[in-house]
Amino acid sequence: MKYIDGFRDPDAARYLKREIGALAKRLAAAERTVRLMEVCGSHTMAIARYGIRQVLPENVRLLSGPGCPVCVTDAAYIDAAIALAEQGHTIATFGDMLKVPGSGRTLADARSVGGRVKVCYSPMDAIGEAEENPSREVIFLAIGFETTIPPVTAVVKAANAKGLSNISFLTAFKLVPPALEALTTDPEVKVDGFICPAHVSAIIGSDAYVPFVEKHEVPCVIAGFEPLDILMGIKGLLEQLLSGEPELVNQYSRVVKKEGNKAALALMDAHLEPADASWRGIGTIPSSGLKLRPQLRRYDAAEKFGVRLEGGTPDSRCRCGDVLKGKLLPPECPLFGKACNTLRPVGPCMVSAEGSCAAYYKYSR
Amino acid sequence: MNVLSDERILLGHGGGGRLTRDLIDNEIVSRFGKGPLQGLPDGARLGIAGGEIVFSTDSFVVAPLVFPGGDIGKLAVHGTVNDVAVSGGTPRWLSLALIIEEGLELARLRGILDSIAEAAKECGVIVATGDTKVVARGQCDGLYINTAGIGEPIEGLRPDIKKIARGDVVIASGPLGDHGMAVMAAREGLGFAQGLRSDTAPVHRLVHAAATWAEDVKFMRDPTRGGAAAVLNEIVEGRDFGVVVQETALPYSPQARAISEVLGIDLLHVASEGRLLLVCAPERARDILNAWKNLPEGKDAALIGRVTGDKGRVLLETAIGGRRMIDVPQGELLPRIC
Amino acid sequence: MCLAVPMKIVELKNDSAGVCELDGTRYDVDLSLIETPSLQEYVIVHAGFAIEKLDEAEASARLELFEGMAQAYREDETGPAGEGE
Repeated sequence: MKYIDGFRDPDAARYLKREIGALAKRLAAAERTVRLMEVCGSHTMAIARYGIRQVLPENVRLLSGPGCPVCVTDAAYIDAAIALAEQGHTIATFGDMLKVPGSGRTLADARSVGGRVKVCYSPMDAIGEAEENPSREVIFLAIGFETTIPPVTAVVKAANAKGLSNISFLTAFKLVPPALEALTTDPEVKVDGFICPAHVSAIIGSDAYVPFVEKHEVPCVIAGFEPLDILMGIKGLLEQLLSGEPELVNQYSRVVKKEGNKAALALMDAHLEPADASWRGIGTIPSSGLKLRPQLRRYDAAEKFGVRLEGGTPDSRCRCGDVLKGKLLPPECPLFGKACNTLRPVGPCMVSAEGSCAAYYKYSR
Repeated sequence: MNVLSDERILLGHGGGGRLTRDLIDNEIVSRFGKGPLQGLPDGARLGIAGGEIVFSTDSFVVAPLVFPGGDIGKLAVHGTVNDVAVSGGTPRWLSLALIIEEGLELARLRGILDSIAEAAKECGVIVATGDTKVVARGQCDGLYINTAGIGEPIEGLRPDIKKIARGDVVIASGPLGDHGMAVMAAREGLGFAQGLRSDTAPVHRLVHAAATWAEDVKFMRDPTRGGAAAVLNEIVEGRDFGVVVQETALPYSPQARAISEVLGIDLLHVASEGRLLLVCAPERARDILNAWKNLPEGKDAALIGRVTGDKGRVLLETAIGGRRMIDVPQGELLPRIC
Repeated sequence: MCLAVPMKIVELKNDSAGVCELDGTRYDVDLSLIETPSLQEYVIVHAGFAIEKLDEAEASARLELFEGMAQAYREDETGPAGEGE
């Protein structure tokens, strides 16, 4: 696979492992244990998939941050989606959402008792579903970080252009920079450097992190999702820590530009406006979400069906909040592997295949 | 606690992963698990007057009915032929039961029946008995097929999961996961134009080729539902050894790899319908590999792993030198965007 | 949430739709988020949408860097290749 396989070269990985080992030794000499956080769930998954933790020295610890928008989706949101399915409407969704539990049940459960749940690879599939079934209401579960928001927004735009009246969007979009800011200002969270997301950054651009790096003086590296990208990112963070000069380095320059994807950002701006967002396991972070602008409210499923996205009761023993913030490693949670596993996930980090707990559970047990 | 899903069958119960395992262990084995069903072999060896037979059955539900590289008819023949073969039998007779949905186009049914006839001929099996039912529209998805197969034991070949021992090696007969990925790509909604074909094929010639060294063949299985991951985990379950698989040795077709990257699916979890995993004594690996490589269906055969290491675990040594666990799939395979 | 892979644009249709290719598999891809997509260009595809172009010059430079590392590693392990020529 062009532009994939070359970034998985075993010998280059061994070379980088050696380099990282040498840097870590210098840090160890100063009795430093380094805590690096990967902000994005796809990094978490790649780290698990390639066994990257096992090739790192002992004093370099990787923490999994907020993860992915699937895992941070509120229980109340899932409850609302299930309720809409039970009213006979069609729920169109990315496959990842099927296993996410609300206060108890999942969309897969709802489907098993007759709920209509259509799994989409592309959100555009929801338009086809609405056009083929004009007498049915189709509700697309509009979740996502900045990577997924533009594709979903393009679907809103297409629905509007076609004048479709039987499709709507239950929005729970989330933004990465506000979450990063919230994590860093939490005094309990101790992180020495951030591995910033690859494809979120492709949309928002590397400049989006500059104020963050300047304010908090913390090393940040934008890295791709291939194993050599991640190892290069870790190496770069260790070098910054040794030099004592924190900066933002874009190691994914083959895709991420300084200004990001202007067409995508303009599309988002034309259709969406800032909103507070509730992150499962973390709580509400001000202005960390987006919702449809007032002129598009007729496509807002919450308005259309009078859905209240409040309440929802995940298991109170769940420590996902602490895992998401990097305060706790997944196996340190009392539910891990027992009451909470990939088959019956309780919290957000076990929900997504790349959630920090699921990755731990699957790959490093 | 999730009461509803605990009391109802979910799609994931058919996925070949942990849920399937739980269903079979708790509901089937608990009632029928004594006797030939013990240990859940792909096929049973039954003593009859004058000798033994190998007996197996399988049901086939697939959407779409026709997919690149095959159709439900081919699948129904190959699936059962392969279960008999990996149990150490030469497939001879098949039963054929059709459950047809009202409204299925006759032309489509004819095409599938022709494909059954062709596959049976290729495998040297005779359709000896059968049954046909038609159900009202909506009560099944076009066509379901059940086949049962009877075979004659191949002399000296008695593969048994219990024969596997530390030091043995695992061989795959060819690229893994093509069938599952091709069907998933062809399924409505994923909209992929072209590229990949199902690997559905009989494995009985591969079994015969390996039978030259029957004594050293410990275990064989076709990695269907649940993929290679399910078979490998079955091998180590409850044993004091594990399996270590080399990522770089795993045979995959470029197309299946491409689609698995796009959909975010681990190919080790994806079904093949014409492949074989074989465990043998290490000193026989070269002979069996060479014999397979001389057959068209075994030309990409590879030694993929060794029986060793941690108790009850299947580990993957990744291309970059890391290690991770290979778990069984958790149920239904779904395209991910995360 | 960001599963996305690099693919080559092999067909441009109207309405900013296109067909992209990855190792013999082809996908309908929405190109509306890409300014001036052209044939043979590589794009990063997420959920059926191209979300950004892949800069081939940057990618090749990176691959060369990794290639150099791999070679350096092999030479360190086995001694320099072609010694004495």
